[in-house]
Formats: sequence, C-alpha cells, structure tokens
Amino acid sequence: MNRDVYAKIGISALYAAVVCSVGFLILFITSIFLKGAGVLSFEFIFSGPRSAMTEGGIWPALVGTFWLSLLAVMVSVPIGILCAVWLFAYAKSSRLVSIIKICVNTLAGVPSIIYGLFGMAIFVNMLGLDVSLISGALTLAVLSLPIVINASYEALSSVSQDYMEASYALGASKRQSILRVLIPTALPGILTSVILVTGRVAGETAPIMFTAATFFNRQLPKSLSDEVMALPYHIFALMTEGTHAAKQGPIAYGSALILLLLVLSISSVSLIIRYRLRKKRQW
Amino acid sequence: MKKLLDTLFYLLTLICAVGTMIALAGIIFSIFYEGLPLFKTVSWRSFLFGTAWYPTHANAEFGIATLIAGSFSVTLGALIIAIPLGLGSAIYISEIAPPRFREICKPVIELLAGIPSVVYGLFGMAFLAPLIRQLFHLESGLNLFTASIILGLMVLPIISSMCEDALSCIPKAIREASFALGANKWETITRVLIPAAKTGVIGAVLMGFGRALGETMVVLMVAGGSAQIPSSIFSSVRPITAAISAEMGETVFRDLHYQSLFALAIVLFIVTFAFSLLSELIGKKK
Repeated sequence: MNRDVYAKIGISALYAAVVCSVGFLILFITSIFLKGAGVLSFEFIFSGPRSAMTEGGIWPALVGTFWLSLLAVMVSVPIGILCAVWLFAYAKSSRLVSIIKICVNTLAGVPSIIYGLFGMAIFVNMLGLDVSLISGALTLAVLSLPIVINASYEALSSVSQDYMEASYALGASKRQSILRVLIPTALPGILTSVILVTGRVAGETAPIMFTAATFFNRQLPKSLSDEVMALPYHIFALMTEGTHAAKQGPIAYGSALILLLLVLSISSVSLIIRYRLRKKRQW
Repeated sequence: MKKLLDTLFYLLTLICAVGTMIALAGIIFSIFYEGLPLFKTVSWRSFLFGTAWYPTHANAEFGIATLIAGSFSVTLGALIIAIPLGLGSAIYISEIAPPRFREICKPVIELLAGIPSVVYGLFGMAFLAPLIRQLFHLESGLNLFTASIILGLMVLPIISSMCEDALSCIPKAIREASFALGANKWETITRVLIPAAKTGVIGAVLMGFGRALGETMVVLMVAGGSAQIPSSIFSSVRPITAAISAEMGETVFRDLHYQSLFALAIVLFIVTFAFSLLSELIGKKK
C-alpha cells in the first residue's frame, strides 16, 4: 500500500513539473503576443522610427537583420557544407579529424559575447572594416559555422552508403559521386539546417553589439560598410538606452513580437521539412 | 582532367575543414592578444581575487571576484529552477504521457529552444521584474532572483530535450524487466531509468550550465548590474558577460579597461571550454 502512495505522489510531482514548465512558457509567450499585438500595424512594420524613438516603426531594423542574416548564411553555409563533406567522405580516422571535430565542438560552445569581442578585435579593428554590416555578418558567419557543419554532417550521414557504392560502380569518381549523388540526396536535410541557422542568426544580439549594430539610423544600409540597425539590438536599445520608457516599452514589445514570429516561422518551416523527410525515408 | 578536378575538390573541402581550426585559433588569438597585456600592469592575483571592480576610477581597480560570483550565482539559480522542472517534464513526456503528446512536445520544445535571448530579456525586464518588485516589496525587481528565473526558463527546453533523448535511448526490455520484478512505475523511474540515463542527464546539466554561464542579453537586462558579492537572493549582481557587454562601449581602444574586458573574456572562455571538455569526456565514457 505504502509503495502505491509513494508512486502516486511521485507521478503527481512529475505532472506538476510539466504543468509548471508549460505554464511558465505559455505565460512568457502570451505576454509577448498580447502586449506586442497592440502596436502592430502596417505602418509599424514599414516605416522608420521617429521623434527620438518614441513613435514610428521598425523597417530599418528589419532590413538590417535581413542583410546581416543573409550575408552571414551566404558565407557560412558553403564553408560549413564543404567541411562536413570532408569530415564525412574524405577524412580517414587520423589525428587531423579528431582535432577538427574538437574545434567544431568547441566553437559551438563559445559564448556569443566572445564572438562579439572576436569580431570587434579582428574584423572591426585589425582588418579595418569598422563597425559595419560586413563586420557583423562575418562575425555571425563564424558563430553559425559549427551549427551548419553539425547539421550538414547529420544530413550527409543519413544517405545510404549503397547510393555511393552504386555511383562508384558506374565508374564515377569520388568527387562526381559526392556532387551528383551524395549532396543532392542529402539536400533537403542540408536545406533544413540552412533555414534553422538563419533563424538562429537573425535573433543574435551580443555578437553584433560592437561589430555592426547602431541604435538609430534614418537610412537603410546602402553598402557593406554602413552601420545597420538590427531587430534584436533595437529591442535591447529601446529597453535600456531610451529616455521615454513609457512610450518605448510598447515599441519594444512590438519589435519582440515581430522577431519572435520571424524566428518561429523560420524554424517551424525547417521542422516541418524535417518531419516530412523522416516519414518519407524508409531505407 | 578528371583527376585534377578530383584533387582540386578534395583540397577545397580540406581548406574549409581547416577553416574551422583557423576560426577557433582566431577567437583564442584575439582575446589573448587583446587581454593579456593587462597583466603587465595588474597582477593576475589581484585580477582574479580582488573584490573591487572600479575600471573607470582615477585609481582604477580591476578585481573580478564579484563578477565571477555574479556569474556563478545566476547560473546556479537558473539550474536550481531548470533541472527539476526539465528532468521532471522529460520523465513525464517519455514515460507517462501518451505517445501522441510526446510527438507534439518534441517539436514545440525545439521551437522554444530557438527563441532569441533578447526576447527573454525583454520579458524579464518589462513583465517579471515589476511583478517581483511588488510581490516582495523590493526597491528594484532587477536582481539575482529574477535573472535566475528568466535564465532557468531559457535553459529549461535545452535540459528537458536532452534528458528526454537520454531516457528514450534506454531499451524497452529494461523497463519490462523492472515491471516483471514487480516494481511499479515510480520505482522503475527512480531506481532503474534515472540511473540508466545518468550520463545523458549529467551531460544535459553541463550543457545547461555552459549555456547559462555564457548567456549575455538576459543577465545584462535583468540582473541589476551592481558589482558585488550577492548577500541575498534579491541582491543586484553583475555577471561577467554583462560587464563585458555593458562596458565595452565606454572604453578607449586598447586602454586598461578595454584590456581588462578582454581578460574577462579569457576567463569566461577557459571556464566554458573546461565544461564542454568535461561533458565530452563523460559522454565518451558511455
């Protein structure tokens, strides 16, 4: 009898943990949605900030985040995929392989603020790129590299070895097999990782604080060497640097809602693709 | 021609692979190159153990003990909240809930893990902090307690997802063997499943620790920002990441303050590196 009572209590405690976690998260997300939805409008999205950030919208920040993410992904995705190809198809178990794997894992664990300092020291100061779109994009590219590598590696290793062997049997070289068989077969998986990384990069704040972001810029970025506004940094700046807290709070919530919707829709797309892939794949 | 292209392609992939080494080397080089010169002026002993962080005073002092205390106290607080909730919900999802619930939970948890940290920071600053201030009659709601809750909320999906993976890796036969011996569900969970998933759970905790320690935006916005050893759970603290991000904008290129912030980054890098190494070693043992 006693045992059953313990079991009841224990399982209720587990249930309580779920309710508590889910409740917490629902509270969090609904509060952002409810407070953000109030300021959302066509004008809020498509116009720039006005009157010392107390009115207007977030268009320059959206554009800045778009360019930062796009450029970062354009740099990190080709390098990351090729690195994964090397690790998967070429590397034999040597010391170099284990060193590179350690490097990738270490990079994945480096705190984002350290990427920010690295970008500032190397791109902004040493290479003289100044605080600019390109410095920020390169910093974000390095940050996203380990994520691209790990996800692409996983996509490549889900391709059946038979495909490669069939390709060799037809007389194709290793390069041809990789480019015509391995990568095309793994492409949906690789695409998922690209989308996932884009979402991750779009939401980063600390790495662009000292490399690309500016609190206020009336104009949209015209060249790679311009400072840009970015949505995550915009939220932070509105909350901490403004002087009109009462008016800037709602704008910050609105920006956060847009950022949240952006990131969540990007990552849901990638999750849906992955889910379909897993269902379809039967080898 | 074909041979040449084959070799060129191989070299291209090799260069990209070596690129990751260069990226890591670049990160290590940049923080050490900019941070180490500090120790020509300030001894490492007074840097690590000094409790006075006055980098902008005329007689500037660079003691980071209070910042280290800030980082560890917030991280500990976050884990105290996230481990029981994360592990508890992972067990519930994988062992008790119907399979359909689990199919829904898994992707939702993954989505939550991708929410930008600045959004958590906003929630902490604009929603939770005023609530905590009223509830406990404090002067300010931006403190260790609030920051721990938000940070805990943030690492909760990560810990829960990793624990769930560890539990679902345990073969079904082990559960059945336990039931066959007459154990009920709770006894199976506590005496069989948790011990079997131990390494995975420890890995999840270490991962959560690293994530919380390195997190910047939440602690910058919510922890309060006073460089002091916390005296209660409602103390205002200044974790390492918050100090770096808040102060870098005020520094002059390569002055002592600038160098000290890079030296802080060295400390942060070494600690997080040690933890990721530790979790990898534990993972390998398995």
